[in-house]
Amino acid sequence: MNAPNTSGWKPGTPDAPTGESGIVTVTGNRGLMLEEPLIFEIGGADTCGVDLPEPSGGADRLGGLARSEPFGLPGLSEPETVRHYTRLSRQNYAIDCGIFPLGSCTMKHNPRLNEKVARMPGFGDLHPLQPESTVQGALAVIDELAHWLLALTGMHSVAMSPKAGAHGELCGILCIRAALEARGDARSVILVPESAHGTNPATAAFAGYQVENIPATPEGRVDLAALKARLGSDVAAVMITNPNTCGLFEREMKAISDAVHAAGALVYCDGANFNAIVGRVRPGDLGIDAMHINLHKTFSTPHGGGGPGSGPVVLSEALAPFAPLPFVRKVAGGFELIEEEDGVAAAPHSFGRMAAFNGQMGMFTRALAYILSHGADGLRQVSGDAVLGANYILRSLQDVLDAPFGKTGPCMHEALFSDRGFAEGVATLDLAKALIDEGFHPMTMYFPLVVHGAMLVEPTECESKASLDQFIMALRSIAERARAGDESLHQAPQLAPRRRLDETRAARQPVLAYEVGG
Amino acid sequence: MPRYFSEEHEWIEVDGDSATIGITDYAQGQLGDIVFVEVPAAGATVAKGKEAAVVESVKAASDVYAPVSGTVIEGNAALEDDPALVNTAPEGDGWFFKLTIADKGELDGLMDEVKYKAFVASL
Repeated sequence: MNAPNTSGWKPGTPDAPTGESGIVTVTGNRGLMLEEPLIFEIGGADTCGVDLPEPSGGADRLGGLARSEPFGLPGLSEPETVRHYTRLSRQNYAIDCGIFPLGSCTMKHNPRLNEKVARMPGFGDLHPLQPESTVQGALAVIDELAHWLLALTGMHSVAMSPKAGAHGELCGILCIRAALEARGDARSVILVPESAHGTNPATAAFAGYQVENIPATPEGRVDLAALKARLGSDVAAVMITNPNTCGLFEREMKAISDAVHAAGALVYCDGANFNAIVGRVRPGDLGIDAMHINLHKTFSTPHGGGGPGSGPVVLSEALAPFAPLPFVRKVAGGFELIEEEDGVAAAPHSFGRMAAFNGQMGMFTRALAYILSHGADGLRQVSGDAVLGANYILRSLQDVLDAPFGKTGPCMHEALFSDRGFAEGVATLDLAKALIDEGFHPMTMYFPLVVHGAMLVEPTECESKASLDQFIMALRSIAERARAGDESLHQAPQLAPRRRLDETRAARQPVLAYEVGG
Repeated sequence: MPRYFSEEHEWIEVDGDSATIGITDYAQGQLGDIVFVEVPAAGATVAKGKEAAVVESVKAASDVYAPVSGTVIEGNAALEDDPALVNTAPEGDGWFFKLTIADKGELDGLMDEVKYKAFVASL
């Protein structure tokens, strides 16, 4: 479906009084919050932001193929362009505005030092095709970061090139497949516990495996007996998230790994929640064979807070020979990149290349800046403070929000609540939308699937007690309204730039193109 | 025609050797607004308890399992354009697929309507 928007309908255009005042302005603006049309609606062909001289120097070389029709791009002056995007950005919410409690996302503050380092000319101005001799500093950064990741995880090797978490998962599973095939033991099934990240089964399926679920115990952890019962000669691997998506540490991880290895299979760990255990638990000690690390979560620079993703994968000794190309190798007097052209001799078992060039260089510099500025003791305090903050939220709200796993002990880095106790007709979605009116980005909703109407709150270590208290106060007030059946929750958000968006219509009849004059 | 129900909230209506399969009203209520449905193509074989179709709502994507094994006769093409049929008529026009039953003995493990209603009430 790719229908141009000919209806003129815009998502959630305010059709009700704008807030409690009931004032409707002629412009649609609300105070200094400005209503902003699409750039195509304000730009015209008669305006241009740049003033370039007519080309001179003879005939063009287009052979008569020069475009004769207008492009249709919106023309705007520079100040108009700046205002357009600045106005749009003011309708946005970001980690730089306030707490971003998305569970499973580790939306932590991105220290400005990271940005300073990433923009140093020796890093920021590099081209990936520069000769190796001119990028020795960058290769040293990759090598140094790799050593930190290995020290923190207790693993044997690390593949640095995967570009994000799910890409790292794929890298790990491809290593596992290569290792199994190398021993002539191709297997067909990957087991994924219910408490795993949603990308895990998608990765396994994408890599060509059948996916089977392993149930969770009533305490929200992997059912070890069910896992053991399912293991067999057809199982290639288990993909487990630890700490899991219920915000709980898988205490039986070592027993799980031992059982999986005894059955000839391998253990993949989703490391997206590594922030809860960094500096305290080394996955290598738990028998894990492969784990991706979201540099953009654990080591700052979250979505929208600095840069793109980056998902290096740490590997056990069994999987290390199958790691992808290229990789950095230390040699006498410097570093070299091992690429395909270095031939079979350099990496005889590598499963090949997964990405252009060498990984997300900008994220490597940011992550290393973060790690070095915290130091080993600082990283240990990061995980401690992250867990403390989550437990403060869990305990502060458990009298008004049901915490399904709150009775069995503390949570890790994220607090999980269910919709049990809400009045009939009030849903998690209503509560989340009401948080927007209170000035907060909502938490993760309806995930994990094992909890009804789930709300997953991850504050990270970056929030002060004052910030946590403010969030708790707002959520408490909304939870009390949800329990009392406050009908106005269905109207939320009432104060946001847009009212509640029609998610169903957006999915069933997406309008993905703007038609000029439409 | 007899109608049976699975613990995964599928219904199956048997007509001789063939059957029509969909998800129950309870299932659609739990999923919320359905925005996409993928049904198996005619000729595909499905196995009891294995994924046969996919249903996606604004909240979640879920697999729909085959309550019995068999060969697909027809997927409900109407769901492609109008997945909301699953919400409005889950146990009627919102059916997912029809199949030829491989082994009618597999029906024995399923619930009748009375038992299914009791099962849902217990959740």
